[in-house]
Amino acid sequence: MSEEKKTPFIRLARRSAMDRRRMWIIRVSSIVFALILGFIPILLTGSNPLEAYGVIIQGSLSRPVYIRQTVKIAIPLLGCALAIAPCFKMKFWNIGAEGQITMGAVAATYFALYWYDRVPHVMLLVIMALTGAAAGGLWALIPAFFKAKWNTNETLFTLMMNYIAIGIVAWLQGGPWEGRKGSQLIPMFNDAARLPDVLGVHCGWIMVLILVVLMHIYMTKTKQGYEIAVIGDSANTARYAGMNVGYIIMRTMFISGAISGFVGFMIVSGANYTLYSGVANGVGFTSITVAWLSQLNSFAMIFISMMLAVLQKGANTLQTRMDVPASISSIITGILLFCMLSCEFFINYRLIFRKRQDTEAAE
Amino acid sequence: MSTLVSLITAAVTFGTVLMYGTLGEILTEKSGNLNLGVEGIMYMGGAFGLAGAFYYEKAAGAAASGPAAIILAILCAFAAGAFASAIYSFLTITLRTNQNVTGLALSIFGTGVGQFAGEFMRLSEGGYVALSNHLKDAFSASIWPQALINAPVLGNILFSHTVFFYLAVVLAVLMFLFFRKTRYGMYLTAVGESPSTSDAAGINITRYKYLATIIGGGISAIGGMVYIMTTAGCVWNHEGLSGVGWLAVALVIFCMWRPLNAIWGSVLFGAMMIMYLRVSLPFIPTEIYKILPYVVTVIVLIITSMRNSRDKQPPASLGMNYFREER
Repeated sequence: MSEEKKTPFIRLARRSAMDRRRMWIIRVSSIVFALILGFIPILLTGSNPLEAYGVIIQGSLSRPVYIRQTVKIAIPLLGCALAIAPCFKMKFWNIGAEGQITMGAVAATYFALYWYDRVPHVMLLVIMALTGAAAGGLWALIPAFFKAKWNTNETLFTLMMNYIAIGIVAWLQGGPWEGRKGSQLIPMFNDAARLPDVLGVHCGWIMVLILVVLMHIYMTKTKQGYEIAVIGDSANTARYAGMNVGYIIMRTMFISGAISGFVGFMIVSGANYTLYSGVANGVGFTSITVAWLSQLNSFAMIFISMMLAVLQKGANTLQTRMDVPASISSIITGILLFCMLSCEFFINYRLIFRKRQDTEAAE
Repeated sequence: MSTLVSLITAAVTFGTVLMYGTLGEILTEKSGNLNLGVEGIMYMGGAFGLAGAFYYEKAAGAAASGPAAIILAILCAFAAGAFASAIYSFLTITLRTNQNVTGLALSIFGTGVGQFAGEFMRLSEGGYVALSNHLKDAFSASIWPQALINAPVLGNILFSHTVFFYLAVVLAVLMFLFFRKTRYGMYLTAVGESPSTSDAAGINITRYKYLATIIGGGISAIGGMVYIMTTAGCVWNHEGLSGVGWLAVALVIFCMWRPLNAIWGSVLFGAMMIMYLRVSLPFIPTEIYKILPYVVTVIVLIITSMRNSRDKQPPASLGMNYFREER
């Protein structure tokens, strides 16, 4: 009797493996559950939730124009999620993508502002892309260097680097790069510095899709990808196997920062045509959740980033049509993230409830 | 001289906001939970604190009393923050989700909820949510008699602040005593340093982590409320509030996870954030002032990791979840 008392009401056990079908059922139902929870804030505003979701879908996907705008939101999310994947695989918690995007955008903007009349169009774009990537990579290299050398906490370090980068742009905006005096704005880019459109969206979408494939190959088929995976599982194992862990950390962070910087280039050159301090606009943070929810799988990121983009674009329509504040998209995104994060628990663990009979509990 | 005095008082006003955010996050991080949702938590605290005071005044009419409104605002903000942190705790502690990702999700969620609530109040009240002047004054008035405030030099520096500042200082001292002098504080520190050892020693890890994170979140949320009710003048202002939560996270590092350091640390950070309004140095652009807190934090972070002294480190298990089954 006293034995039984010690068995907790619920116990946990790791599942060995779950078949794919059940795994997907759990994941999809977590999304559905999140959308149902999303009813609550919509109901609070006195609107009909089903109608509201209808408006969200309509406002983001019903017309080619809307789809283009939605894709435009998804591009940086996807690109940045790809950048974050190798770091997180390595268990290097890089939450500095926001700053890396910003620094990439700064470098690209420099050439857009001062070189547009010196080099031909395509050449200029290539220079902007490469310098953007380099700037993002170098910005990411700073925390990586200290992590490799002195094991400085990378989560907090990369976080701080975001605000330093944003502050630098704020300074450029009101200082050296200011267009009209007192406007606090950097002038719009010359046409030569703008990314051309393909099918109505700037051609960044093609580059991002290529990146998806490249990142997939890099992570699963190359030696470097393998090294990243080993360090993620156990840095000590990697060390004993003769890998130079510090070097790999720095290399991976450089690649990650470079992709983020490239995304920064795409944002200024393809979408905003100018630079301001809010250029990253939270993409660096949201894309972390995109990467994580996709289980760092490049192809799944396409789906997740599109889903978040639909919510964001649709919510703007919702605000104009039904007077529901557009911040509803952040709430629903948050709920979605919570539910999808938690559902992994039910995939990885089995709940064992205390049985009446002692014999049954020993299954 | 008077510039300096006004700089200090302004720094204290903004520093008070940071102090709550920081103290809450210190409590949370001491348990080994790195809650990156402070930004969202402070948004929610701001919106619901304002809502509490506003609807109280609406219900009570002219009879509304200042102290009651203040207490209600604190309670509402605390409840909102505690609720947000409860979500975070449930996900990271019970469902074992990644702390960084969950914290960021909470930031997204919280800023959404805060803004939604702020906008919703504005829409449903027909455009303008504001307290009457007499309540506004209650929030920004000093608790000391005028004679003390008028005392030369020190009067303004020591006694001109709002009740929230003194509460925060008391809280910091209490937290210091809690960590240093009580058994529970020691246990909590142990949980953050080494959950498996504490677990083996018979400490209920789950309970400590939950309580520390939820109470910590509540305290952080009060900071958001204080911002809205003092600096922002009792009006919902999400732009001013954005970034404050992240600054609080930075400040926790700067303070080396010690509550007493938070008192002067937050005033210092407050000064750095508002200095550009008060003192202009010709050759340093204002925007560069604003990144000073972050640069300083990075330097502190680097130096402590280089010196590697044992008593000046983040809690050893910070950011990592504890699974008893996977020891």
